Amino acid sequence: MDKIVINNNIRTLRFMANEMTQQELADKTGVSRQTIVAIENGKYFPTLELAFRIARVFNTPLEDVFTIEFMPDPKRTKKSQS
Amino acid sequence: MDIKEKRILVSLIGSVLVFLFYALYVYNKHIAGSPEIINDFQFWGKAFLFMIPVAIVAQIIIHIILAIIAKITTNEDLDIIDDERDKLIELKSVKISHYIFLGGFMTAMIWLAIGAQPGLMFILIFSSGFIASTVSEMARLYYYRKGIK
Repeated sequence: MDKIVINNNIRTLRFMANEMTQQELADKTGVSRQTIVAIENGKYFPTLELAFRIARVFNTPLEDVFTIEFMPDPKRTKKSQS
Repeated sequence: MDIKEKRILVSLIGSVLVFLFYALYVYNKHIAGSPEIINDFQFWGKAFLFMIPVAIVAQIIIHIILAIIAKITTNEDLDIIDDERDKLIELKSVKISHYIFLGGFMTAMIWLAIGAQPGLMFILIFSSGFIASTVSEMARLYYYRKGIK
């Protein structure tokens, strides 16, 4: 199975939204500031519900908030080459 | 270290201290004088039941003191929001603690099966409960610091 890397643009989106603070975003999405910090730092991947809530705050599609990369599994790549 | 991590750390230290002081108290007051009491089921029943309110009251006092210190020193409020991340971390740490307690319980049953004294079973269950709770708090701290994906 391919490895998945999820990145986010929350810091940039907060900056674009009049330097919205982490606490303001937390209040608008109903989570704690620590959870927003963890998401921004890639230490926690939110549920689909929270992801949509964050996108709604910035009035933007989900794909603009979170991006996904599929990294090929090195073991499978080796197998297919042989 | 954020306020949630501080809260867990204080809770961890508090529960270790409460358990140690309680174990010392029970040992000095009851077991040291008459060691045969460890095979008395009524004694263990009372010891378990009395420990629950003691631990709850101690944790409440510790958290009130932490809240006051946090407010005075850093003007931080104790965050009471329990969101999805907190619940997931709680779930993972409780799962670990259940495995540890189950391990202790099974060991106690094996001891009983091979003919050990019943008192040893209670000591094992008591200890595994304490270790499970301590490791659970440590796991929570680990997940908060390292993150969960």
